[in-house]
Amino acid sequence: MDVINLTKSTDWNFIEEVSKESGQNPSLCYQCGNCTAGCPYTNYFDFPVSQIMRLLQSGQKDTILSSKAIWLCATCETCTTRCPCEIDVANVMDTLRIIARRENKVSEKDIKLFYDTFLASMKQHGRLFEVGTLMAYNLKSGHFFADAELGPKVMEKGKIHFFPNNIKGRDKVAKIFTRFQEKAKKHG
Amino acid sequence: MAEREYAYYSGCSLEGTAVEYDMSMKLVLEALDVNLKEPEDWSCCGSTPAHTVDHVLAAALAARNLSIIEKMGTDTVTVPCPSCLSAFKRAHLGMAGDASFKDQVNDLIDEPYNGGVISKSTLQIMYEDIGLEEVAKKVTHALPDLVVAPYYGCILTRPPEIAQFDDPENPVSMDKILEAVGVKVSSFVFKLECCGAAFGVPKRDMVNRLTAKVLSMALDSGANCIAVACPLCQQNLDLRQSQVNALMGTNYNIPILYFSQIVGLTYGLTPKELGIDKLIVSADDLIRSRITVEELAQNKAAAEAEEKARKAKQKEDKTKTEET
Repeated sequence: MDVINLTKSTDWNFIEEVSKESGQNPSLCYQCGNCTAGCPYTNYFDFPVSQIMRLLQSGQKDTILSSKAIWLCATCETCTTRCPCEIDVANVMDTLRIIARRENKVSEKDIKLFYDTFLASMKQHGRLFEVGTLMAYNLKSGHFFADAELGPKVMEKGKIHFFPNNIKGRDKVAKIFTRFQEKAKKHG
Repeated sequence: MAEREYAYYSGCSLEGTAVEYDMSMKLVLEALDVNLKEPEDWSCCGSTPAHTVDHVLAAALAARNLSIIEKMGTDTVTVPCPSCLSAFKRAHLGMAGDASFKDQVNDLIDEPYNGGVISKSTLQIMYEDIGLEEVAKKVTHALPDLVVAPYYGCILTRPPEIAQFDDPENPVSMDKILEAVGVKVSSFVFKLECCGAAFGVPKRDMVNRLTAKVLSMALDSGANCIAVACPLCQQNLDLRQSQVNALMGTNYNIPILYFSQIVGLTYGLTPKELGIDKLIVSADDLIRSRITVEELAQNKAAAEAEEKARKAKQKEDKTKTEET
């Protein structure tokens, strides 16, 4: 087990930042492990969610932000539902993802790319264009044939639209994104 | 019965890969005298991807729609997709509880949202507003071969502070609706376990393994099909079942139906209009035995009579043996 020198490595600002943005108090966690016990993804996490909470209490910013765990969390809400201290754990994980994005420390590039491709489709058309999103993701990720074998199955059922459904107010949706980006720039 | 009216936000999936959820839900609600109004020019709710970017942005993408609905003059919107529902409820509750958050969200959208819309899942309006008694009244057909594992997925009832519906650990609304229309349900302990659908594309291997667990637990519960209320769960369990089989060396062939399709079948609607033919794993064999409730009653009476005759004969034979 790694030994962490808390005097040297605790980032108090990070603890404050996460607490403020998530509206949660990480100090309430007493490490009962109930969140980890119910987490469907814990086998795939590099740090179980209860350890992320402990690392957060000790301000281990770099370890947390570069972890795979924060990206493999699907926000299924099991941890939040079961936390005896009523910490919204899934919200903490969500906030950690947001900060990891901001600080450009995303460990799971494909997951982020998929989310970004989804949002780009939404910004462009106002609604999600399923086929376009999958194709754009495959091209950008280099996984050119991801799920390609499923295509004919869905096509046969007449569920695939090859053209996007552009809504009238798509410029208004795009404006939400641009206003957000402008604000984010202004606040650094 | 009084006619009810709701705004109906179908969401993007129901226009594409989950079109059969939309088809069946609309027909079932029509049968229950519910009038649905589509918000004009609605946009995507932002779903999971938006809340990994920023909570204000995520709320704004949802609130654009809530603002449109607010102007329609209906106070309640019903949403079939749990992911859209969760986005709406998070935006609404976040804005109601924090004035500065509300201002930040409204700064991003053209028309402000003033907090006048209640969002409920279609499952919730069937269970709470319409009620089991009314739901049961419309039944004309029985599905004797079906044993259904009701699968709620992860976020339809969780976390309780957001979902404000049913039980966060052991929901029963779908179980009870299916039982009310005369369908057998199994006791399914994985009814809330996350299937991983949101990661289907970028993390296929992991998701296939999670899906395999849900499928295997459904079979263990004695079910021969699964009922869902989420377009992502359906797509994952149905479309990716062949991937699961290839990865795990299994041979699953479990039909994954929307709960609205099952209810629709008991209302005598045709499989075609309910989009049963759009399922990847075919449910045709399971629903072939569909009969009218009258036929079911006749069959039951005939079976009882036969049983009675058999018992009588048994008794007679026994007496005869004793006499000799």
